[in-house]
Amino acid sequence: MKVLVIGSGPIVIGQAAEFDYAGTQACKSLREEGCEVVLINSNPATIMTDQGMADALYIEPLTVEFCERVIRREKPDALLPTLGGQTGLNLATALADRGILQEHGVRLLGTPLDSIRKAEDRESFRELMREIKEPVPESWIITSRRELKDLLEIAPYPCIIRPAYTLGGTGGGIARTPEELWEIGLKGLALSMRSQIMVERSLLGWKEIEYEVMRDSAGNCITVCNMENLDPMGVHTGDSIVVAPSQTLSDIEYHMLRTASLKIIRALGIEGGCNVQLAVNPDGFDYYIIEVNPRVSRSSALASKATGYPIARVAAKIAIGKTLDEIDNQVTGTTKACFEPALDYCVVKIPRWPFDKFASGDRTLFTQMKATGEVMAIDRTFESALMKALRGLEIKHRDLRHPGMAALTDEELARAIAHPTDERLWALAEGLRRGWSVERVRDLSRVDPWFLRAITKLLAIERRLQLSAESGGVSEDLGKLVHEAFLMGFPSPTILSMLQVPASDLELVQKAIRAQQRLGSDHEAFVTAVEASDTLEQFVREVEEYAEQPALPLGGGSGTVLDGKLERLAAQRYGTRAALEVERQKVMPVFKMVDTCAGEFESATPYYYGTFEQEDDAKLRPTDTRPTVFVLGSGPIRIGQGIEFDYSCVHCVWALQKMGYRAILINNNPETVSTDFDTSDSLYFEPVTLEDVLDVAAHENPIGAVVQFGGQTAINLATKLERAGLPVLGTPPSAIDQAEDRDLFERLLSDLGVPKPAGRAVRSLEEAIRVAREVGYPVLVRPSFVLGGRAMEIVYSEDQLRLFYREAEDANPGQPVLVDQYILGTEAEVDVVSDGTDTLVPGIMEHIERAGVHSGDSMAVYPAVSLSQDVQRQMVLAACKIARALGVRGVMNIQFVIRDGRAYVLEVNPRASRTVPYLSKVTGIPMVDLATRCIMGSKLADLGYRSGLWVIDPSEEDRFAGTPCQPACRGRILPEEDFVSGAAVVPEPILYAVKAPVFSFQKLAKVEPSLGPEMKSTGEILGTDFTFEAALYKAMVASGITFKGDGYVLLSVQDPDKPAAIDIAREMIAQGFRIAATGGTHDALREAGIPSHWVMKIHEGQPNLLDFIREGQVSLMVNTPSADAKAEAEGARIRRACIETGIACVTSIDTAKALVRALRVFCNPEASSCLRMEQYLVGRPGGA
Amino acid sequence: MKAYLVLSDGTVYEGESLGAEGLTTGEVVFNTGMTGYQEILTDPSYAGQIVLLTYPLIGNYGINDDDFESDSLKPTGLIVRDACESPSNWRSRKALHPFLKERGLVAIQGVDTRAITKRIRSAGVTMGAITTGSPEEALDVLRRTKDYGETDFVYSVTTPQPYAWGRSGKEALDEDDGSFPRRLAVIDCGLKYNILRRFAAVGCRSLVFPATVNADELLAHDPDGILLSPGPGDPARLGPIVETVRSLLGKRPIFGICLGNQLLCQAIGGRTFKLKFGHRGSNHPVKDLRRGTVTITSQNHGYAVDPDSLAGTGAVVTQINVNDGTVEGIEIPDAMASSIQYHPEAAPGPWDSRPYFVEFVERMGEFRR
Repeated sequence: MKVLVIGSGPIVIGQAAEFDYAGTQACKSLREEGCEVVLINSNPATIMTDQGMADALYIEPLTVEFCERVIRREKPDALLPTLGGQTGLNLATALADRGILQEHGVRLLGTPLDSIRKAEDRESFRELMREIKEPVPESWIITSRRELKDLLEIAPYPCIIRPAYTLGGTGGGIARTPEELWEIGLKGLALSMRSQIMVERSLLGWKEIEYEVMRDSAGNCITVCNMENLDPMGVHTGDSIVVAPSQTLSDIEYHMLRTASLKIIRALGIEGGCNVQLAVNPDGFDYYIIEVNPRVSRSSALASKATGYPIARVAAKIAIGKTLDEIDNQVTGTTKACFEPALDYCVVKIPRWPFDKFASGDRTLFTQMKATGEVMAIDRTFESALMKALRGLEIKHRDLRHPGMAALTDEELARAIAHPTDERLWALAEGLRRGWSVERVRDLSRVDPWFLRAITKLLAIERRLQLSAESGGVSEDLGKLVHEAFLMGFPSPTILSMLQVPASDLELVQKAIRAQQRLGSDHEAFVTAVEASDTLEQFVREVEEYAEQPALPLGGGSGTVLDGKLERLAAQRYGTRAALEVERQKVMPVFKMVDTCAGEFESATPYYYGTFEQEDDAKLRPTDTRPTVFVLGSGPIRIGQGIEFDYSCVHCVWALQKMGYRAILINNNPETVSTDFDTSDSLYFEPVTLEDVLDVAAHENPIGAVVQFGGQTAINLATKLERAGLPVLGTPPSAIDQAEDRDLFERLLSDLGVPKPAGRAVRSLEEAIRVAREVGYPVLVRPSFVLGGRAMEIVYSEDQLRLFYREAEDANPGQPVLVDQYILGTEAEVDVVSDGTDTLVPGIMEHIERAGVHSGDSMAVYPAVSLSQDVQRQMVLAACKIARALGVRGVMNIQFVIRDGRAYVLEVNPRASRTVPYLSKVTGIPMVDLATRCIMGSKLADLGYRSGLWVIDPSEEDRFAGTPCQPACRGRILPEEDFVSGAAVVPEPILYAVKAPVFSFQKLAKVEPSLGPEMKSTGEILGTDFTFEAALYKAMVASGITFKGDGYVLLSVQDPDKPAAIDIAREMIAQGFRIAATGGTHDALREAGIPSHWVMKIHEGQPNLLDFIREGQVSLMVNTPSADAKAEAEGARIRRACIETGIACVTSIDTAKALVRALRVFCNPEASSCLRMEQYLVGRPGGA
Repeated sequence: MKAYLVLSDGTVYEGESLGAEGLTTGEVVFNTGMTGYQEILTDPSYAGQIVLLTYPLIGNYGINDDDFESDSLKPTGLIVRDACESPSNWRSRKALHPFLKERGLVAIQGVDTRAITKRIRSAGVTMGAITTGSPEEALDVLRRTKDYGETDFVYSVTTPQPYAWGRSGKEALDEDDGSFPRRLAVIDCGLKYNILRRFAAVGCRSLVFPATVNADELLAHDPDGILLSPGPGDPARLGPIVETVRSLLGKRPIFGICLGNQLLCQAIGGRTFKLKFGHRGSNHPVKDLRRGTVTITSQNHGYAVDPDSLAGTGAVVTQINVNDGTVEGIEIPDAMASSIQYHPEAAPGPWDSRPYFVEFVERMGEFRR
């Protein structure tokens, strides 16, 4: 059977890496059953879209048109629609509705479409629930004052009022009395464009419980997991802190809700997985069914990771007709998929929100999900799982302390507790810390007292640690207290900071302990050496003398008790004594297995979590003599660090395994392929922090860790790991520092003769002003050591600089701020693989948008389309030189800006970048595999490669046959020496591959959607074709830049962009589009003799372009941000209006130019290809 | 206060005392259910056993007034990882610790329950003791304690006097208000209240008799059907009750639950054997061989029926456990009798098997027609 699987496309808020995980699992599962899998997915950053995951792979736009083309070419027997999130489901529905499936004889697998409709359509779902007597919250649609008046008497209070068809849901509210309902209702009716409001029983404050359920075609039903939201009803479950299993439900309540969930999937006729959300009265047995997701979802990914039960894998098998009792439980290997997992641990999920990047964003949490990712933590108690999840978030607050909350007045704090935001957890803690009773905090927040009491327990430890610090350690037995803190899940950095131990004291103790360990049997010598010291200072000197020696190997028990001498001397100072106590009491965790069955059956799954207990499960594995290597994951998905890094980590693991290593993954992101239990040899589901990684290291004794694929999360640990004695494999940490440290980097580039924009690292505003004057405005201002261009600004004047400097300084306190000459030119980048000597450049990517737009937000094309041979030569040579100088072993990314034929280096990142999966797929070079081999010591030459630029060339003979790391297509390497001599000629491209960013602005109210130096996109897609125009077209269509309806193309651009706007308008009109424009743009067009419809700006009166947009007159908008603050405020409103009405809004003139370039293909989509990915790599049929 | 769990092989686990002080012995078994500790603590089938709960956080929703399965605590001890001190649930009346203390149950917390579970899984169930005194003394007592399999527990948990369960719960035999159409005779070998509640919910009054009741006494009440209840201990020790069941065969529709299944099988000549570590939990899949469907069931048994011993007895194995293939249900068509090894009354556990109560009441109706 040939099965078409539709992926979920780009990562957006609410639809993230979980669908790569589910899709990958499903593809594997289907192929296991002998199915031939055809996959379409536009997202190149996924494991799912790797060659070999499906039998036929289409990285094409997820539109009905492209799906139909795939169906026509591949003639699949069936379509599996429930694995690609809402995107996949919507597409499948559209394909069915338009008769395309029927026409081509494609049948739908799994849950019938009719069931899906019933679950998704509000009214038919409510009807079904009434039929089977399951309660749904009462609701009314009100369209007039009279109806509203009639409702006043019968409405349940409190109730929620939601006006229909307003921008961003404005005008809604909660009514507690008939008077309030009347008032809010009337306002809502007036605000709604169609004079319609919905009134619904409010369940705010009820418990929110979810069940993940499965059903097969024989009607067998199971629940995989239930979950309880710490945040009660009113916050989207994707934005809630979630605990599995439920903690506050008695057996009767648990099974009452379980029975209801199973009744629902039976009634719906689900064949596969399904998520049921329920609201439960905290004071009774009543409940309501809130929502049903008839497909694999974010929650099901979480449930899979929380229980070890592979929902997507099983769902895929159910879809092709298998029943639950026929499918094996892979985890135990002895039981079947037809059972309900029993957990013997507690799971906590905390979402990761993008508000560190979107300072202006509305942080309020309600029914629209805003989180970009999440972390999951497993432990034997809720308290320690919560602490683990907190430190795994990688945000400023690594425990329950939050200075911002501490600074609030009681009144403000009460508000912060009552109104959910991303920081509510800390508000709850602050309230309890102030001694507010659990009842008071419960009444404000409606968070169940069970969770609040757990937080109170953690705060008690916090308080005792602080008291100990204040009293200089006389308040209680410090050793005992520290030990207790460890057992409660406090990591040592938190304990140390609560004890107010200065870093110098800790360092001293560590040095002393290490020196002592190093001395080993010469312990006596050490003692003698320090015997004479009478003061701590003297002792420090003695110790430091010993500690000077190179890093000591890990292990040997960091809890070693120091010589009494140190203890005596340390006693003089509380900090040192406390640090000593922390080191001494450091409890080493054991690792327990996630086995789906609470230990009932023997299992061999290498899926572990750390906890403080007696017996270790991980030690019981059969002896494996392969050397062990750690691969550090990238933690939660956030803007700037997305699924691309997970892709690289997974490939690194696979490469290590191929090379005969035992690869161990450490990561805490439940959405990803990397944390699938069968990806690595052992999975440690732990936060990627120094302490946690070292704990696992003490347990596994690896030969080293690979840090270059796990984004900033992993790379930030490099130096510290090395200092702690865990070798960092590949590029040495010193090279990482060299690339990050401004002064070292500058020296390196000037030594190599590679140009970079003028500028410096500064530590004060005065210095910044001086540098800016020196290099000339505009300047680029940014903090150092941050990812994704956070707090990065292009500054045009000294006034602006004064404004932004503080922001950049705050973004990474203690680190210098970088002030650089801002070169407006074409940006380009390379990702390279180097063995320290030779460097392979798989390809050059050119950005469509000029400098000023963050590389993660710009469209990029491979290969370069406008760069001269000489510029490409400069780039290749710079890459080779830099890699050699830094001693890069592995991957490296370099960003360039090109002006006047010169390539300036903007940035060097000695780690995997966001573009590694994209570039690997479109060049055919298995970059991560190759890099991993270099990391482990192989030479490129041994693998058949050499220094230079790779070009695809189907006419080449296959030089790589028989080598371990072959390209996916034929090609050749233009050698470095030919670039040196100038003999190298980059040939005409075989294909064009355009990567385009995808944003989630629709989900984030008040976030400014224009492009700038700070990254804002959440995902990306790929458009590949034989012509640049067709590739651009596909990239745009796939990323949502399309013409909506047949209205006007609206142009409103800043002055410098007006000449370009004229060209754009001319071309648009030639292709039959109508143009509308605002004031200045309209004038410019008129002068150029181009007809356009004049639309007023907002401040000019009414009707203005906001009305124009709302009326559906606009098909696409081009609006470039203005430097003028007032005009800009208006621009921002217009762009938000576009976002909210679903009109594509292009905010960079360069993107608009590219759009025009692709216009002909927009008008004739058949001019683009729709082929299996590998077919693009062999060139256009019949030659160019 | 410190407490110790001592196993018969001398292994000692140190933890903290929970509940009463003292020393207790019993067969150490584990239950993998994540909820239902109150039901488990009052389930007579746990008589003579120390129950380990594999879910680490126990007591979260407290102890309430309703979820009792009998009048007293039945296991001899309890082992948990972490007992909740301040529970949260609208029905909660008190926390686990004071409840256990009040009822005099010796328990332990703060031990690595997963490690102990794995030990039982690989070595099989074993006798053990929990003590707040010295572990040496406990081991000494343990050595002198009779093995679980050598004790008759049914007679200590069965009701001393007959009673009935009707519309308003427990009532006297002659209190019948006549509002229920059906009347069921129950042989109580260690009954859980929820069985009676479930029958009442589908219009059936139960007359509960001590396990020592004889067939004539029971039939004198002219019931519409007979239920053989669950209960503790080795079913092979229950000869007299098996005799009673045998003489009831064919006289009324009979339904057996858990121990009741084992009694019924023995009554027609079948045999039972002891499982390595039993089935105790809320997630056991059972396949109905005739319908081909699988149901998730609540289980609590340490013995199983040997399917080979049923050959030629007229019994048909109708259901099996999906994990290990053991007998989960039989039917004796000629004798109007059937039984299941698991717990349709749940408490704790899934409600998927509730239809059995309706079905049996229907069968009683058919018999009357």
